[in-house]
Amino acid sequence: MNGFRTMSRPAVGGLALGLVLAILALDLSRSGAPDLFAAPAPFALGSGEAPTGAHCTGG
Amino acid sequence: MFMRRFSVIVLLLGLTGFTFIMAGPRAGLLVMIGLGFGLVLEGLRFGFAGPWRMIVTDRDGRGLIAQFVAIALVAAVAFPLMAANPQELNGAHAPVGFAMILGAFVFGAAMQLVMGCGSGTLINAGSGNLVGLIALAGFIIGSFAGTVHLGWWTDIATLPVISFQGVLGAQGGLIVTLAGLAALALVTALRAAPGKRLPPARLWWAAALIAALALANLVVAGQPWGIVYGLGLWGAKVAQAGGADLGGIAFWAASGNAERLNASILTDVTSLTNIGLLVGAFAVMRWRRDAGAPAQALTFGTYGWVLLAGVVLGYSARLAFGCNVGAFFSGISTGSLHGWVWLVAAFAGSILGIRLRPHILRPALGRGVAA
Repeated sequence: MNGFRTMSRPAVGGLALGLVLAILALDLSRSGAPDLFAAPAPFALGSGEAPTGAHCTGG
Repeated sequence: MFMRRFSVIVLLLGLTGFTFIMAGPRAGLLVMIGLGFGLVLEGLRFGFAGPWRMIVTDRDGRGLIAQFVAIALVAAVAFPLMAANPQELNGAHAPVGFAMILGAFVFGAAMQLVMGCGSGTLINAGSGNLVGLIALAGFIIGSFAGTVHLGWWTDIATLPVISFQGVLGAQGGLIVTLAGLAALALVTALRAAPGKRLPPARLWWAAALIAALALANLVVAGQPWGIVYGLGLWGAKVAQAGGADLGGIAFWAASGNAERLNASILTDVTSLTNIGLLVGAFAVMRWRRDAGAPAQALTFGTYGWVLLAGVVLGYSARLAFGCNVGAFFSGISTGSLHGWVWLVAAFAGSILGIRLRPHILRPALGRGVAA
């Protein structure tokens, strides 16, 4: 158990990547891949469209 | 060493290419911006929680002044840009309220306990800090839990959304914002000890790069840089996969959030930059000749406290309408009154957190290496 507390930085960083990868894989398995034909323009500025993303300041 | 660095380059290019192919050019660009944030924050050691602590404990104001510089640089460009393109660009505007102030205060205290704010938790986890990884797991749980109760909290006492450009116009709002930031920098400089006032070149570069990336985020996404929404969404996705029915929760039943819950996280702005941020920090850690000693080992009970503090961090960030990034950095730089109120409340909480820190973070004697 002490090894857990003194794991090297690369090992802990790898676990963090693994956590993100696991969430991404779980999400892709349930939500499916995004529809590329519905993808927004590369830049919101100049697109003529209102931003559709969510932000922490939203309720 | 060559192979390690080569693998880092492959990782960065692979993540960017994967996102471009899977979700389109905007998603790819946002991951690149997130990677940029991660590279700069970890590579140039630019942080939020650390400087807030240093000005109190060491009278070192250099990091805090660099934060104000970065925010001012963003504001100087974002205000006129948003004024000229109101249909395409949104500010990080949120209402001031009881829950928002309480949330910011508690967030400030919790971030000193986990030694990182919203971005700091991702950076710490990616760069191999065990406390950061545990706090990140807690943050995901907490920010999701915050969405469950958000309506109840905001019903208590909440003002309408107030922005400086809404009250004073774009030019007046920008002048007041820059004057406020200059006043804070002056107060910080007066409080700081001699020799700890002027940021070193590293922090000037970091402030300029962070500002450029934040503006790129605004131009590409149409909204400012944020952290918390993405982590709450990840928690919701996991809860849903575990069988939870989120249809009865007002937050997730709202049309925009319900849409994001059913879509891939590769279409969510803050998720994309969060992923980039964590991977960017990992890349810097692996690129270095020496990855550094592991963070100081703590007692098992302390890790439990860190997890709990991470949950509180995420929950309070949700109530506060953002963390150091979404509320403080992006809120102030795009004219939201709540960003300023957040700063005052979170700084007060941070002072409490600094006092609590030695009582809660207890090192396991003789184990691990102090980092």
